[in-house]
Amino acid sequence: MAENGTSVSIQDLSLSFGAVPVLHTLNLDVAEGEFIVLLGPSGCGKSTLLNCVAGLLDISEGRIFIKGKNVTWEEPKDRGIGMVFQSYALYPQMTVEKNLSFGLRVAGIPKDEIAKRIARAAEILQIEPLLQRKPAALSGGQRQRVAIGRALVRDVDVFLFDEPLSNLDAKLRSELRVEIKLLHRKLQNTMIYVTHDQIEAMTLADRIAVMKGGVIQQLDAPQTIYNRPVNRFVAGFLGSPAMNFIEGQLEGGTPAAFKTGDVSISLDRYAFDGAVNGSGACVLGIRPEHVVFGEAANSMPFATDAAVEIVEPMGSDTLVWTKLGGRNFSFRVEAEKTLRNGDPVRIGFDPARASLFDAQSGNRM
Amino acid sequence: MTAAQITATQPIQNALDQAAAGPYGAKPRHVSAGRIGLYAFLIVAALFFLIPVYIMIVTSLKGMPEIRLGHLFNLPGEPTFQPWLDAWLHACTGRDCNGLSPGFYNSVKITLPSVAISIICASINGYALTFWPYKGANLLFGLLVFGAFVPYQVVIYPLIIGLSSVGLFATLPGIIIVHTIFGMPILTLLFRNFYAALPVELFKAARVDGAGFWRIFFHIMLPMSVPITVVAIILQVTGIWNDFLFGVVFAGRSNWPMTVQLNNIVNTTTGVREYNVNMAATILTAAVPLLIYFISGRWFVRGIAAGAVKG
Repeated sequence: MAENGTSVSIQDLSLSFGAVPVLHTLNLDVAEGEFIVLLGPSGCGKSTLLNCVAGLLDISEGRIFIKGKNVTWEEPKDRGIGMVFQSYALYPQMTVEKNLSFGLRVAGIPKDEIAKRIARAAEILQIEPLLQRKPAALSGGQRQRVAIGRALVRDVDVFLFDEPLSNLDAKLRSELRVEIKLLHRKLQNTMIYVTHDQIEAMTLADRIAVMKGGVIQQLDAPQTIYNRPVNRFVAGFLGSPAMNFIEGQLEGGTPAAFKTGDVSISLDRYAFDGAVNGSGACVLGIRPEHVVFGEAANSMPFATDAAVEIVEPMGSDTLVWTKLGGRNFSFRVEAEKTLRNGDPVRIGFDPARASLFDAQSGNRM
Repeated sequence: MTAAQITATQPIQNALDQAAAGPYGAKPRHVSAGRIGLYAFLIVAALFFLIPVYIMIVTSLKGMPEIRLGHLFNLPGEPTFQPWLDAWLHACTGRDCNGLSPGFYNSVKITLPSVAISIICASINGYALTFWPYKGANLLFGLLVFGAFVPYQVVIYPLIIGLSSVGLFATLPGIIIVHTIFGMPILTLLFRNFYAALPVELFKAARVDGAGFWRIFFHIMLPMSVPITVVAIILQVTGIWNDFLFGVVFAGRSNWPMTVQLNNIVNTTTGVREYNVNMAATILTAAVPLLIYFISGRWFVRGIAAGAVKG
């Protein structure tokens, strides 16, 4: 991450459609050259936020700076941004070359300069053989490449991606994901990328902003968000297979303990966010891959016996479902392990890797 | 059993196996009695509705003595094109005996500008309503669509007063304005629905590229609007060409369109009623919309369907 100044700064931004509030006094600073991913379920306001940055939506409150310039009232073209859309949004009646040059022709840039920029973009994206084709004659992946090219030729500081890979099939998506990452490394531009795909978010981002209900829930590096989610929503939204949530009681004292059913888990290794204040209902979250089983479980601070209920082989590994304190509980084993329904297993985990959430507020404890 | 025998019986055996195993492959199609009856009915119905056309054509090719014999369905004994020439050049409308041709040219002079102006206005309307929503845009659109349901009779008198106060009553520009106004509701609806079905991201991309209202319209939207424009042309040409009411009220005597002239020819009763000339004149008047339907029926249906489904 290049730590040389702020590229995009969103300050106290609010937006309402009529009486319906969509974004609530939102603040976000994006460093120069940073790759920020806005992640969230549909309807969380992430695309709306991107449209506000682009200037395609008029905001209700707050202001937006790009490269230190207040662009709150500027037209999209004057903001120094390029945007890539989910549906590609290529002009269907123009060739690829005309698509790329449209914005430059509008801006009245000289012909030889346009040709130079198109040649450069086409080379970077390897679309030279496609320049004279119409969008209808391109595949989905090629279209998205052209759409990225259209942002590229604008020679801008900030790239905005609005779910650019969501219309592609799984294979192409992972290919283009790598290409976007390479592109970012090559160009070193600031990129703001909207997606609902957690894998895209984890693999691409310098920092992820997890959004829900028009509010940024957590803004942090992917690993931090994955390992130390600030609340139950973030914990449940990231990770596939999903995190196990076990409802129970927190019992104060030294050491504090988590109780559910007849199971008691000592929390002396758990790093609380602040002081433990007494007892109360809470939820323990542990990711399936942080659970060990068999002999290794005995070396864990917490271990217990369980019985296999369902086995889900996924190829690279296998997800095993069992019960812990009377609740469904899953853990991950290597694909080679052959477990059958009903097999007794010994499972264990380190509470230091778990997350504890307040049952009421859902916040991390 | 020899090898030859096995080979010969093999297909039969296969068929037997299949019959035993139940349905296999494509479902066989049977022509049922009901289907034959249905098609027979449809063909008879089509022929029945074609009878008037048949009678018009044969009558227009007969001489008056032959018509007086009263054999309506007979083919012309001595085919003649004189009625067609008369209808085009010599038939009398009131005191003038110049046939339909002046009416044809009047209709062309009315239809072409009306179609062009109304489509240009409506496409801009639809584009603005879809992509540049402003306060009250929906209300305006609602009012505009409501205009499609206002009966013409209600507005004729106010329009006459209005147009004559600016000196446009009974003039060519007057009738063109009237047709443009009355085409606006349905055409705007058509274009708005077409643009609303386009991905809005196209518009956003163009804005990021720095294009303004007119540039987006002319460079992005208009080139994509060919299908809906064809539909609009068909609707307007047939509608305006077939119009009688506005023509007779607003065009003025010297600009009367073909439909009005046709009415005058058919209703002029000086001496003999020339059925053959009347038939020829009617076919000539109907020829333009008919031709349009035949050439572009496919587009027409497609556009109407598109406009109807995507509300």
